[in-house]
Amino acid sequence: MIEQLPAIVLLLPLLAAPICSMIHNGDYAWYLAAASCWLAAAAAVGLMAQVWGGHTISYHMGGWPPPWGIELVIDELSALVVILVTVFAALVISALRESLRPKMRKHRHSLYYAAYLLCVASLIGITVTGDAFNVFVFLEISSLSTYALIARGRDRRALIASFRYLVMGTIGATFILISIGFMYMVTGTLNMADLAERLPALSDNRVVQASFAFFTVGVALKVAIFPLHLWLPNAYAYAPKATTAFLAATATKVSLYVLIRFLFDVYGLEFSFQQMRIDLLLIPLSIAGILIASLTAIFQTDAKKLLAWSSVGQLGYMVLGVALLNTAGLTAAIAHMFNHAMIKAGLFLALAAMIYRVSSSRLDDLAGIGRQMPLTMAAFTVLGLGLIGVPLTAGFVSKWYLISGALDKGWVPLAAMLIGSSLMALIYIGKIIDVAYFKPCKPEHAEVREISPTILIPCWVFALMSIYFGIDTRLTAGVAGRVAESLLGISS
Amino acid sequence: MINMVLLMLLLASVYAIIRLDRLLTAVLLTSLFSVLVASIFMVLDAVDVAFTEAAVGAGVSTIFFLAALAIVGRQCKPTPRRKIIAPLIVVSATGCVLLYASLDMPRFGEPLAPVHQHVAPRYLNDSAAEVGPPNIVTSVLASYRGYDTFGEVGVVFTAFIGVLMLLGAGTRRTSIEPPTPTGAPKESMRKKVVLKEVADLVIAPVLIFALYVQWHGDFGPGGGFQAGVIFASGIFLYALIYGIEPAQRLLPPRRLAYFPAIGLLLYAAVGIISMLRGGNFLNYSVLVNDPLHGQHYGILAIELGVGITVAAVMINIFFSFSERSL
Repeated sequence: MIEQLPAIVLLLPLLAAPICSMIHNGDYAWYLAAASCWLAAAAAVGLMAQVWGGHTISYHMGGWPPPWGIELVIDELSALVVILVTVFAALVISALRESLRPKMRKHRHSLYYAAYLLCVASLIGITVTGDAFNVFVFLEISSLSTYALIARGRDRRALIASFRYLVMGTIGATFILISIGFMYMVTGTLNMADLAERLPALSDNRVVQASFAFFTVGVALKVAIFPLHLWLPNAYAYAPKATTAFLAATATKVSLYVLIRFLFDVYGLEFSFQQMRIDLLLIPLSIAGILIASLTAIFQTDAKKLLAWSSVGQLGYMVLGVALLNTAGLTAAIAHMFNHAMIKAGLFLALAAMIYRVSSSRLDDLAGIGRQMPLTMAAFTVLGLGLIGVPLTAGFVSKWYLISGALDKGWVPLAAMLIGSSLMALIYIGKIIDVAYFKPCKPEHAEVREISPTILIPCWVFALMSIYFGIDTRLTAGVAGRVAESLLGISS
Repeated sequence: MINMVLLMLLLASVYAIIRLDRLLTAVLLTSLFSVLVASIFMVLDAVDVAFTEAAVGAGVSTIFFLAALAIVGRQCKPTPRRKIIAPLIVVSATGCVLLYASLDMPRFGEPLAPVHQHVAPRYLNDSAAEVGPPNIVTSVLASYRGYDTFGEVGVVFTAFIGVLMLLGAGTRRTSIEPPTPTGAPKESMRKKVVLKEVADLVIAPVLIFALYVQWHGDFGPGGGFQAGVIFASGIFLYALIYGIEPAQRLLPPRRLAYFPAIGLLLYAAVGIISMLRGGNFLNYSVLVNDPLHGQHYGILAIELGVGITVAAVMINIFFSFSERSL
């Protein structure tokens, strides 16, 4: 049983999805979907327990040894990402049911849950696999299910947002496929560990260099690294409310995980950073992304778009942490993956609760909502503080590491810039809080009441997690630090 | 030589597709493009891939494109010149990187190329003893890399869920009733005697050929993917000639909507049985006492799952498109 865990964590949502699609009663489908997500979360915790301290599990699909068969590989990094995906998916789906209820016909609910589960399963699949082509296969499932989830948004603009994402995402996926094909052409293998062994000898081969270029651009599209982020704000803004919470928390994080995996483990540190000098590209782009996206967020009049732009900026922090190429920076990137996922999921969920009540995400319409929905808005505020990076919240931990990463490099202006960008986060989060607490409520929203506990509880779970992980950093910064050292080849 | 000719034709057809304003012609040319690609695969001795490309690229996807055109119309708006600059730069840059890479690629047909040296020899030499089927492609796809194929079935299933969510096939309360009275073009098609006669001749062999491809996939080229697509195209032909309602009476969409899930679950069930019998997911060797027999049963079962999912998904998507366009 315990040795089957890598397959079980993936199969739970993947098999619940087709069963969900066959259940016509949306309520039963929801029970199944939520149960499978929670069980997968439990399995993910079990995986983490097995690899805790730096162990690695390898699971041979079909019983065939790699590189002939496909292998699943779990180490602390992938276990952390699987926990991120499953736990946050479970929390969001617990809230999903409420937000769907009035909108669709019952069977549509089942289909929606099926697409959601497929998305969860594919993100797990991408994370646990040790095979380059297998990454692509699950990437396809995640892309297709994400397009469908986004397109179910509140109005026709969701269709256009989804279509734009489809075009961009397909280009990205094609680039990744070309890259994997190139790697296979010169090495004859698709297994990631095997590739890592064979690629260093070929570092002067132009095919490998081209594959690296295609891979970076393809994954950068998926991560939404500036300036390839253009699909993200609209996709997040027009996606159905709770879907945004899930996608913002997980989808880009898993793509970032793929980027880290390939840069460090497949292509190798020396090739990626010393020969191809990817850091020279990523550092300026991430800084530009942080500044421009934060600035754009400040000028948004729509709360959902504001948070979406903030996501682009926050992804910039993670990419910057990776590109700094020191222990503190990489620790910051990995810890922030987890911390930001938690904070953003909570923020979007709290926002979804407000939108659910006032049927609009414009800042004007949210005026005075803090008095009508005090508990939701309080959770939003706590999470907002985390996003800004106030001490004793999770956001502070990752920003702390990021700033020390910049200082380790001796880049004082960069550290100053990071503090400055936190002030920008203060402004845009402050804008929402200001409107919600200090503006007079619109007369037509006078009747608005607090949201039901099914959404409120997940919101507060996220908010309390954000505080808990601001104090106890064993799971986030602790694991991230160990992973960073092993990725950088420093033996502790 | 023949490669050069095919490549030239490929280039010509791509150029024509890009330049054409008339979408209908462009769609038909994409079908030609797929046939050419399939021929190239054929020349390269990749029969299974050629088979899939011909069935999917030239057949089914063309029909889907046509169905989409029936909804959105045949003309495209002319693109303003300034809008083509950015894509042009991206495409040129991509082309340059590809050319740059081609400088170091192994020579075309090089027997010493890495792809022939590392993993492939075990597939070629040992698969008969380890897995069984004479068609090594089937051994690789269904057993060595069966998990990838499972994922691919997942991709097809996801596409189905996506189309169902957006267009909603089979969710009509009374799907057998004619959706709208504007079935006029279909009616006129039914009166075309030659079309009808030819269709009557072809449909049954197509369906039987699909079954042959399904069950013979471990000996010859083919398997669940190709069989599913061929089966679906037989149904498409029937629906195109006789109209959508008789086809839906034959395969009621509400019931058909279960089958994509059933195929995927069948595939997974094989994997789960092997887990219950103490092996890893999709390890067919532990299914029965003799590993080779286990591999054989396992491959047959998962190929059936693939076939069911692919055929059902294709027919479902076709129905939901045509319900829209009618």
